[in-house]
Amino acid sequence: MEIPYTVTPRRDTGLYNAKVGIWLFLASEVMLFGALFSSYVLLRVGADKWPHGLLNIPIGTFNTAVLITSSVTVVMAWASLKLHQFNKFKIYMTATILCALAFVGIKTIEYKDKFTHYSVRLADGRTMDGHIKGSPLFWSLKKLKDKNVETIEFAPDAAHGAAAAAHGAEAAKPAAHAAGEHQFEIIKVSDLTYLSAYVPSHNTYFAIYFTLTGLHAAHVIGGALVMTYILLFGGKMWRTQPDRLTNRVEVAGLFWHFVDLVWIFLFPVLYLL
Amino acid sequence: MFIFGALLVGTILTVWAATLEFNKTHPAAGITVALIIASVKSFLVAGYFMHLISEKKAIYATLATTAFFFAALMGLTLWSMHDFPFFTTIKY
Repeated sequence: MEIPYTVTPRRDTGLYNAKVGIWLFLASEVMLFGALFSSYVLLRVGADKWPHGLLNIPIGTFNTAVLITSSVTVVMAWASLKLHQFNKFKIYMTATILCALAFVGIKTIEYKDKFTHYSVRLADGRTMDGHIKGSPLFWSLKKLKDKNVETIEFAPDAAHGAAAAAHGAEAAKPAAHAAGEHQFEIIKVSDLTYLSAYVPSHNTYFAIYFTLTGLHAAHVIGGALVMTYILLFGGKMWRTQPDRLTNRVEVAGLFWHFVDLVWIFLFPVLYLL
Repeated sequence: MFIFGALLVGTILTVWAATLEFNKTHPAAGITVALIIASVKSFLVAGYFMHLISEKKAIYATLATTAFFFAALMGLTLWSMHDFPFFTTIKY
């Protein structure tokens, strides 16, 4: 049996079913991200201190441009199908997927920078933020004790000649992190009362940052997977039901624009304010 | 392409506005400016890329309902932000 109204609009809505469906889905997504944004507002207003300058603004701006470009290319992909130019559709859809992969790749680099950045508290009450030699991932006091590590070589952020605010900029220059340029101090593990990477459990700021951006990145990956499927297996439907394929691309594009919209709000809220 | 250019300009504007001095003395104003620019960008993406500017009533009705519930969500958040929500304490 043919699925009805995949191309022909319904008389009551004036639209084909997938379009109504995707808008209803996007409405639910607005509530999902809205709930997280309202949580962010509550957490930030209720906090005594809120970190600032820990995120790299140039990288975030570039990621914003990448997503905006991908929104343009997905519209061009749909327009190409409307104009019966299947080859151009393939080019634009590929460009969209590449932009998505670039976004996720850049996000991964940003996350890794956080996971190799540590906050320590010493027995004398001093707290320091910085890097451990070798840039290990996800070290904790328990891990150090289990491995019988006696000392760690720690390069505090202050040794970079600037406060933690500068670290955001440092992340864009990996060459600056060559071991020779760091001033490491030896810290005994027995002197440590707290050691944590910048992970969700470290503080509320990173908990909400990773939740918001992680959920958004999951949406980017999901959208990229759907678009890849349409790109790779769309040829058959283009030959048999071209209008239905065009509608699928339009609906996937609507989801993609929503993902872009969420980032347009996420970027200033997390990176700039 | 005009919309694309406008969105890129909007992004640069957001970053530039965040670097201005008034953000330190009046953070609420800074947040307002950033959210206004973000809203303009959202209007462009939603209106033109998502073709909302020429959509059917069914979609407008769905989105109006969503907007109402989103406003209620943020309103309840703001209402409950302080020790005592507004209008719940008696003045002695």
